[in-house]
Amino acid sequence: MDIARVDQIIDRYGADESYLIQVLLDIQTENNWLPHEALERVAERLRVPLSRILHIATFYKAFSTVPKGRHRIHVCMGTACHVRGAQRVLDAVQEATGIKPGETDLELKFSLETVNCLGCCALGPVMEIDGKTYGKMTPAETAEALRNHD
Amino acid sequence: MSEVRLQIDGQEVAAPEGATVLEAAQGAGIPIPTLCHHEKLEPFGSCRLCTVEVERGGRKQHVVSCVYPVAEGLTVRTRTPEIERIRRVILELYLAHAPEAPRLKALAEEYGADKDRFGKESSFCIHCGLCVRYCAEVKKKHAVGFINRGTKKEIAFVPDIAARECWKCKECFPLCPTSWLQAAYVLVEGILFPREEQQA
Repeated sequence: MDIARVDQIIDRYGADESYLIQVLLDIQTENNWLPHEALERVAERLRVPLSRILHIATFYKAFSTVPKGRHRIHVCMGTACHVRGAQRVLDAVQEATGIKPGETDLELKFSLETVNCLGCCALGPVMEIDGKTYGKMTPAETAEALRNHD
Repeated sequence: MSEVRLQIDGQEVAAPEGATVLEAAQGAGIPIPTLCHHEKLEPFGSCRLCTVEVERGGRKQHVVSCVYPVAEGLTVRTRTPEIERIRRVILELYLAHAPEAPRLKALAEEYGADKDRFGKESSFCIHCGLCVRYCAEVKKKHAVGFINRGTKKEIAFVPDIAARECWKCKECFPLCPTSWLQAAYVLVEGILFPREEQQA
């Protein structure tokens, strides 16, 4: 992400520290993660200490200070999904992508996370890809769903 | 500024309006233990060790004296069996993180805290924020800050700023109530092995 783009995002709101989280969210949305140079630029423009930006960027789950893939996979490991075979779904995802929960593959295609409930237990086992819910998954369907993303 | 009169441990104390109970007690020579208080810094209220009992209008409550403002007619008790118990448990929790810290050991002796009560997780940091706040408020360098949250919260130096500022300052090290070696370690780590990414 180039610095000019970071500046554009800041200019949308104005260079005031009260817009910090909104600016970070926009960078996160566009870029999938918050590169250090971008944070330095934000610190400089909004006049917020970098240490505080790092505090905030590591506090909220919505932000990532490490590169994330283009597609974010969330596999539900909540109780209902667990008894309905979430582990098999997770295994299928790990098999297909080659990454473990919390990791991102080298092509920056997928990032995998486990979550504890997506709030639709009747559809268990559930996974989400880029916010779209896939319910009643089998390992085969899981692999199929992942193949449709590039 | 008008004066406020209150009673601390049976002693009549006068304090300026807006002062905290801790300041009023210290002014009267009544000791209250604290780990996160520093006179040059804004009150933070993180260590909870200065918890006291205040009584106002017949109602008792436990408050953190370093952030509780004095009020006319307040009755403060700094040492009751319940307060001692609260401080003992707080110390026991801290000792799980820094079992060998001299200041904690001295306090543990005073309050009868068992350093082995809770399972050890020696992070050495008790999140008092003294280093973070000193760097921000007094030195205005913001070279050290908190990262992550919950059980993963820790202090971290910002490598770029630390590399520039810290070697010639290091004033935060002696502030650390547990072990300044920890700060030194994190600093060295921050400078020699800059991690652009911190675990999210």
